[in-house]
Amino acid sequence: MINLEFIINMISLGSLYAMLALGLVIIYGILRLVNFAYGELIMIGGYTMFLLAGFTPLPWLVVAVLAVAAAMFTSLFTELVAFRPVREKSLTAMLITSFAVSTLLQNSALLIISPRARAVTLPQIFQTSVMIAGTSVPWRNILTIVTSIVMLTLLTLLLRRTVLGIALRAAADNFTMTRMLGVPANTVISAAFAISGIMAGIVSIFWIARSASVTPTIGAPPLLVAFVATVIGGMRSLTGAVVGGFVYAIIISLLGVLLPPELLEFREAFMFAFVIIILLFRPEGLVSSKTSVERVG
Amino acid sequence: MNLAARLKPLNTPVTLVAVVLLLAVLTALMGISLLTRIVTVMFVSLILVLGLQLYMGNSGILSFAHIGFMGIGAYTSVLFSMTPTAKELTNADLYPFLVPLHLPFLPSVLVGALVATLVAAVVSYPLMRLSDAAAVITTFALLVIIHVVLLHWDRVTNGPRTLFGVDNYTTLWTSVIFCVITIFAVYLFKESRIGLRLRATRDDAYAAASIGINMVVMRWLAFIASAFIAGVGGALWAHFITSFTPYSFFLTETFVILAMLVIGGPYSVSGAVVGTLVVTAAREILRAIENYVNILQVFPQGFFGFTEVVLAVVLILILVYRPTGIMGSRELRWPQKLPKVQEKEAIPSSEKA
Repeated sequence: MINLEFIINMISLGSLYAMLALGLVIIYGILRLVNFAYGELIMIGGYTMFLLAGFTPLPWLVVAVLAVAAAMFTSLFTELVAFRPVREKSLTAMLITSFAVSTLLQNSALLIISPRARAVTLPQIFQTSVMIAGTSVPWRNILTIVTSIVMLTLLTLLLRRTVLGIALRAAADNFTMTRMLGVPANTVISAAFAISGIMAGIVSIFWIARSASVTPTIGAPPLLVAFVATVIGGMRSLTGAVVGGFVYAIIISLLGVLLPPELLEFREAFMFAFVIIILLFRPEGLVSSKTSVERVG
Repeated sequence: MNLAARLKPLNTPVTLVAVVLLLAVLTALMGISLLTRIVTVMFVSLILVLGLQLYMGNSGILSFAHIGFMGIGAYTSVLFSMTPTAKELTNADLYPFLVPLHLPFLPSVLVGALVATLVAAVVSYPLMRLSDAAAVITTFALLVIIHVVLLHWDRVTNGPRTLFGVDNYTTLWTSVIFCVITIFAVYLFKESRIGLRLRATRDDAYAAASIGINMVVMRWLAFIASAFIAGVGGALWAHFITSFTPYSFFLTETFVILAMLVIGGPYSVSGAVVGTLVVTAAREILRAIENYVNILQVFPQGFFGFTEVVLAVVLILILVYRPTGIMGSRELRWPQKLPKVQEKEAIPSSEKA
């Protein structure tokens, strides 16, 4: 059962999950905010594709770019109107806010578009496959892998080579100190939300491509995946997020093969039990960052 | 010491109970069946909100698992209260040993609540040392796990299919009685030694530890008590709604209960009561608008989600402008004249002259 097709599938899934986890971790690293509204950015990307591909003659690549832009602007907008005002208050307030933003976006889609699934027109390449070494590999998987390599390279360059990137990394390390050294907090946080939105937007293209449709609740499964992947990776480290994404893909694929069918349905429960165990015994995750999460008791 | 002075410490719960009883009597007098339904569900929600307040308000930790325990309470109690015939009718795959179990309504509620409590007691102990984001993610993970188990354990819960045939035992007055008990219980917990110690850990975990308070145990006790109340709430809810699926105990319900508590004010028992009343009233009005617009067919795709959108906006506004909710950390009380009178009497009459 574990053949080339399985492995390519797993790598493609891992790349997708790595991008997914990165978008969540980049915000968590700076604000300690677990953004529940992250999944809804994927939904926004999906609906943008549905509207633009279905009702405008725009070429598909433009549609995809605009979908990513829509997710990015939604992310920035939610930060501006919802997270910024509660940022100084308490972590709990921020978490509840993100939960409220998630409900707000989800129900807005319900209200404005429809509770029913909407078909998203995708270019032919998402449905076709190519033969590699005797196995049929969907182009979608290859595109996912290539895109994630490009995105990870770009993000690494941004974080290592630009002033903004250095500020972002410094903020993730010690936000108070970074602010004291004159880095404007709002800029750094906005940048983090923008990157998070871009990641969600890109993920949305591939996520939506699997079912070729979008519903108001489509954001929930990727959010759960991102949660697990970030906890595995350690919540604070960007490398950890990538590792976490791949580890998640490997575990979930192997569970899919190894678990007996009657337990397969409980796969998600096992993943989340794993999350609890990691948070209890290795809260810094597989890849620990320099500063560890505060824990009392 | 006269009676009024003796009752002073119970001023808040008595006031809150008076509010609940007043609403119940008014509802009963009006006798409109729709209103009775709404108020009954509101009282059941109030029990759930109070249970969440008990943990969240005193420990300061956000818990997502609450509605999961509500689900456990609901499914377990129903398993005992339904007749064997009804059980076989709704779920042919039910484990054979579960079929003959049959208990009256109140013991079923109790069993449901106890199973929820037991699950909470076993799984939560190791989680209690986690704070902040780690605590939130673990309780969220717990909610997902409970949900997945309810959703796929077909032989107990009927899986994702609707479980029907539950007898409608929960009346307005059943919910009122449980509400009254819960209000007293939650208030007394808050004022108890455990409650006080727990709030000390909430305000400063290190200072609390330095005077010998065991934070993990305090949180654990509160979590267990909170799960018990959630189990009762779930059992009552199940016997009112009479048919439901595991999706009834997931994020939508969590959002509503959390919104009630946060809007009302998570740090006081009165906040839980006020929040439940305000949010229920607002939801019913919004829901009526939603239905009216749907009947008028203004929008071709239908008009759904309006209630939740408004509720979410209000919740965000509350968090921005009044993060401790409507009540803050205050409790409702009768206007008190008693202490002032005593002070005046304490002054010797000769000095007054």
